[in-house]
Amino acid sequence: MSAQILVDVLKRAVARGATAADGFLVEERHFSALVRLGQVDTVTHADDRRLSLRVFVGKASAAASTSDLSRDSLERVVDEATALARITSADPHAGLPEPGELIATLPELDLADPTGHDLAPEDKIELARRAEAAALAEDPQVTNSEGAEFFDRQARYAYATSHGFERDYPTSSFGITASPVASRDGDMQRDTWYSTARKRARLDDPESIGRTAARRAVRRLGARKVKTTEVPVIFDPENAASLLRAIAGAASGPTLYRRASFLLERLGTRIAAPSVTIVDDGTLPGALGSRPFDGEGLPTRRTTIVRDGVLESYLLDSYSGRKLGMASTHHAVRDGAGVSVSTSNLMLLPGSASPADLIRSVKTGFYVTELIGFGVNGVTGDYSRGASGLWIENGELSYPVEEVTVAGNLLKMLDAVEGIGNDLTMRDRTVSPTLLIGRMVVAGN
Amino acid sequence: MTDSVLVRPERFFSDRFNVTPSLMEKVLGGALKGRVDDADIYLEYRINEELVLEEGAVKKASRHVSQGAGVRAQAGTRTGYAHTDDITMRNLEEAARQARSIADRATASTALATPGAGRPHDLYTLDEPPILTDLARKLELLRKVDAAARAADPRVRQVIASVASEEVVTLIATVTGWSVGDVRPLTRLNVTTIAEDGGKREIGTYGGGGRVRFDFFLDGERWKRFATEAARQAILKLGAVDAPAGTMTVVLGPGWPGILLHEAIGHGLEGDFNRKGVSAFAGRVGQKVASELVTVVDDGTIPNRRGSLNVDDEGTPTGRTVLIERGVLRGYLQDKLNARLMGTAPTGNGRRESYAHPPLPRMTNTFMLAGNDDPADILKSVKNGLYAVAFGGGQVDITNGKFVFSASEAYLIEDGQVTKPVKGATLIGNGPDALTRVTHVGNDLELDEGIGTCGKDGQSVPVGVGLPTTRIDGMTVGGTAV
Repeated sequence: MSAQILVDVLKRAVARGATAADGFLVEERHFSALVRLGQVDTVTHADDRRLSLRVFVGKASAAASTSDLSRDSLERVVDEATALARITSADPHAGLPEPGELIATLPELDLADPTGHDLAPEDKIELARRAEAAALAEDPQVTNSEGAEFFDRQARYAYATSHGFERDYPTSSFGITASPVASRDGDMQRDTWYSTARKRARLDDPESIGRTAARRAVRRLGARKVKTTEVPVIFDPENAASLLRAIAGAASGPTLYRRASFLLERLGTRIAAPSVTIVDDGTLPGALGSRPFDGEGLPTRRTTIVRDGVLESYLLDSYSGRKLGMASTHHAVRDGAGVSVSTSNLMLLPGSASPADLIRSVKTGFYVTELIGFGVNGVTGDYSRGASGLWIENGELSYPVEEVTVAGNLLKMLDAVEGIGNDLTMRDRTVSPTLLIGRMVVAGN
Repeated sequence: MTDSVLVRPERFFSDRFNVTPSLMEKVLGGALKGRVDDADIYLEYRINEELVLEEGAVKKASRHVSQGAGVRAQAGTRTGYAHTDDITMRNLEEAARQARSIADRATASTALATPGAGRPHDLYTLDEPPILTDLARKLELLRKVDAAARAADPRVRQVIASVASEEVVTLIATVTGWSVGDVRPLTRLNVTTIAEDGGKREIGTYGGGGRVRFDFFLDGERWKRFATEAARQAILKLGAVDAPAGTMTVVLGPGWPGILLHEAIGHGLEGDFNRKGVSAFAGRVGQKVASELVTVVDDGTIPNRRGSLNVDDEGTPTGRTVLIERGVLRGYLQDKLNARLMGTAPTGNGRRESYAHPPLPRMTNTFMLAGNDDPADILKSVKNGLYAVAFGGGQVDITNGKFVFSASEAYLIEDGQVTKPVKGATLIGNGPDALTRVTHVGNDLELDEGIGTCGKDGQSVPVGVGLPTTRIDGMTVGGTAV
């Protein structure tokens, strides 16, 4: 039914004078339950649909979207989009991918878990309750809670073009998050742990999520500032992943053609220590970031962005590719304004050292377990963020640290990667092992 | 375009969806009355339009329509929320049934819903809402912005300018029989430049707007100031030295640096975190949390401001809430749920991103009142420090109170003189004591230009901030120059 709506919309666009058009339709059903201190706090049920449309009138284009799929509304959206496309400037690089490049046969990526959603709301709530209860029981210093949440989301994505292409695929996702609060002598600390998966059965068990969250909160108690210094910094896997997101942002086509990236004109050059290989792979069965095709119907792939320290590929949709004189790398995603670029499963490949080995290799340094703020300049790579974590003394985690910043420059940080852990797990869409950066400035007292 | 929403919300939803306040109240009464402490239905219709200029031409234009209804039922501390993007009576009844499932499990509660009350304000009625302004005029403005930014300096290589316009129509009906609507225009002009010189490359960003007519950008050639500011910032940063690292005196310029207040204290004073006892400010009303030079208010009633609302997203008229008065913590920002549970009154701060989200206590326009000092004297009073005048985003950890905000334009202060520009750096502090170290407050309060968006629990809402020139001793600056 959904694909038919798209086909009808695209037909109308052509009838209204569009020379080409494509559309994406997302239909989803969402449930979430937050439990706090053993009581249900908020339960949300939702059904949402959104149709987004891109039309071309010659080499000019415009985008429109609507959550109202009634006939009247869809007709209005098509008319508005084609009218908008008549006022925008022609762009020689605009256009759909060649029909022959579009995906022919969908791979079996195993992204849906239809039976996983067949759980009564009470039982879903119970999963959140168990996670929180485990957090509260883990340590007497866990005295409060921001709650624990369970969510599941069932979605169907359909894509069609005015050339007659039309495909769709279903997905599922599930998650449990616990956010306990620990306190001691007037100091109060919150931390969070979570599990998320395409299959409900693959979620970590609620108790282990709660216990991990509790241990993370408790170990922050008594945190202090350190003196301003320059030391080796170890990013735990969660926070190392945030560095990958910044690198992917700088490698994405729209950032590059706007000359707003520190990776501009670096293709084929060494941008990181030779131990660094960064891959984006949308073809992994059952993985959270996998998709059979991108936002323009092109089959997803495995792309090596950085191989042995050398920048090997950018992340491109067909428009930014044409502008840069390259082919799309099949990383288009639909967003409100039309098409943009996004990673699928982004990962830094693991090394051989255990996280404990990495910590042991550092005499004095900082093990980062949380970063806050937006202090990353994607144009220069300059990096300065608020951090908390644990101080390393003589190769051991010794005491918790907070209210400090870590600063450097992403290119210098990549070059200074001195150790990569063996602890890569595919627990999210962007994942990294533990990462040791040789030197960064930690600002405190 | 033709889709004028220049009508009263009641009429709009009745004409378009055959849903009226009395039918909404019937759903609430039938499904929920007597079984819940509070319940409401929120209808929303939203149009967004954006034109983007890059490389000298407008090649991107988009228009989005979003509509839906959220039904909420509350019993004790529990909230059931269901939303649908298809506004029909049948779907509202189904959503009410889903929302109610929460209440059926609840134990009886003694606290009762606050009946809706008070007249909504009239802060942004516009004879021509920006969504209805001719596209041709918007295109022309973007071309002029592009030319002005490029003319400002030959080193400006890229200009990305956008004008975004929005119109949101809402209608809220509560179980106590109160209904109220609002029509909210919003627009913003944003300019980003990339400047290059000898292999160095930098970015500058400036912009503003509000619940104003499109002509706001033409008044006094405001567009030209935005364009030249964006260019100036990028050029300035090309010559910036490494920012210092460590604890020092920081002087914040007026206006947008008020993001300090938003992060350092604003979030920590939102009712939900305090009711749950997870805020670093919990239980501290009446205590001194700032220098006596500091008075901070949250005011949703300033005409035409980006953070202002006639009524909040629960139908409560917005107000002016004193958060800190001469250094003493006075109150929290409340939505209905947390006000009811804390035995206090809602402050008109119950906000949501859209119908797809339940309301949360949120800020509107948050600012510090002016002091007596001459800004020039404040700078002269500093031997060595940092003068920060423009910021990117910020963030706070509510529970331990640590907050950051990132300077995008800052200078060294040496012997009372503002000297070299420094690269961007994050400033970090502790909310409950950062403002105790305010030693000077200027007489030059400014509100920001109208660019702020605040995120909480995955929900974004437009906000405003403001600050006079303010000196804070002993802030940690996260640069790289040790």
